[in-house]
Amino acid sequence: MSGLTPFQTLGPFFDFGLVIPDGDVVAKPESSGRHVLIEGTIRDGNGDALSDALIEIWQANAEGKYRHVADHQERPLDPAFHGFGRVATSAQGEFTFKTVVPGRVPGANGKLQAPHLAVGVLARGVLTRLVTRLYFEDEPSNAEDEILSLVPAKRRSTLIARRIEPDRYRFDIILQGLGETVFFDV
Amino acid sequence: MTLRRPPAGTHPPNDSPGYRSTTFRHPKEPLVIIPQTLSEITGPAYPYGRIEVTDNDLTVQHAGEPLGERIIVQGQVLDEDGRPIPNTLVEIWQANAAGRYTHRVDSHPAPLDPNFSGAGRTLTDAEGRYRFVTIKPGAYPWLNHDNAWRPAHIHFSLFGTSFLSRLITQMYFPGDPLFPYDPIMNSIPDERARQRLIANFDLNVTRPEWALGYTFDIVLRGSNATPMET
Repeated sequence: MSGLTPFQTLGPFFDFGLVIPDGDVVAKPESSGRHVLIEGTIRDGNGDALSDALIEIWQANAEGKYRHVADHQERPLDPAFHGFGRVATSAQGEFTFKTVVPGRVPGANGKLQAPHLAVGVLARGVLTRLVTRLYFEDEPSNAEDEILSLVPAKRRSTLIARRIEPDRYRFDIILQGLGETVFFDV
Repeated sequence: MTLRRPPAGTHPPNDSPGYRSTTFRHPKEPLVIIPQTLSEITGPAYPYGRIEVTDNDLTVQHAGEPLGERIIVQGQVLDEDGRPIPNTLVEIWQANAAGRYTHRVDSHPAPLDPNFSGAGRTLTDAEGRYRFVTIKPGAYPWLNHDNAWRPAHIHFSLFGTSFLSRLITQMYFPGDPLFPYDPIMNSIPDERARQRLIANFDLNVTRPEWALGYTFDIVLRGSNATPMET
């Protein structure tokens, strides 16, 4: 067995290497599904915005199908949808993604999960990637989601994007302290 | 199929006081343990539409040749069972020979090199192998503590086969005298894991009268499934 290669921080000077054109466009305008804009700010334990963070997302298409060989579901792929997003935060710690609300995908218990995005957080001062999820405020299936049910009830709201306009959601990430985002060991 | 949990001590704890920037950036609440679902065992393999042929040679991206020591860095991307990971994206970024990044925030008073940007990308081949030609990066100072210097390093970013195999790391050069003083490298608790970030000088990769060669193999999270014996 080979030894796993350890994580190291991104450091502060990554954007010339990792920023990709249209990294915020997870779903193109022609992708099927309900198009939404996700916006947020990432802050540290002092309430200071992180100007040097990289947020990555991974999600299924509107039919609940991942573009990946391990997804054996008989559901359609969308040629205009790949499911990956990567954005460096602005000087004010802000990020946005243009995407569609994903369909429900099966969980470890065989039941359907609520629609969600897998989220990875990388930054200067973050040595090992932090992993979280984004759920949508107005999804009734949140109440029966296997993963949300593992999160202490009083912290669940940190994983739920607020619908601030019909097609706009707000998802702030707090690395430490009051309102600290739930991160996963998975 | 699920992925193996990383052995304790391999990845740095996010609360690593020696690296000052972690102070307000690490979660204080415990991580919530969750099962792996389809969302975690799938992942982006290839987020670029196109990779240019010069993207893995950082010495030919401008009109002239960059200054500094030309090097070859190559290796194999594997999972924990030693299975090669083909066709996966490897991205690198680094400082130039003088220890300066082409980044607006880098204030180190060392010269920029108009012939060196310091970013590259490539896909692994059918055997999981990658290869870059670049310039050996310089050490550079930072403000973490008094007289703090980062050992020379190249940043690596890899995707592997799933959302959970994602890796961001740094490759170091053998024999660097700065190792004992670097809180980022030393944030890795397991000494053997730390050593895996140091590339090997390799005379077989070295090209006569042209460039020194280094090998740096990268191991990503593997699956719990027993590998098929063939």
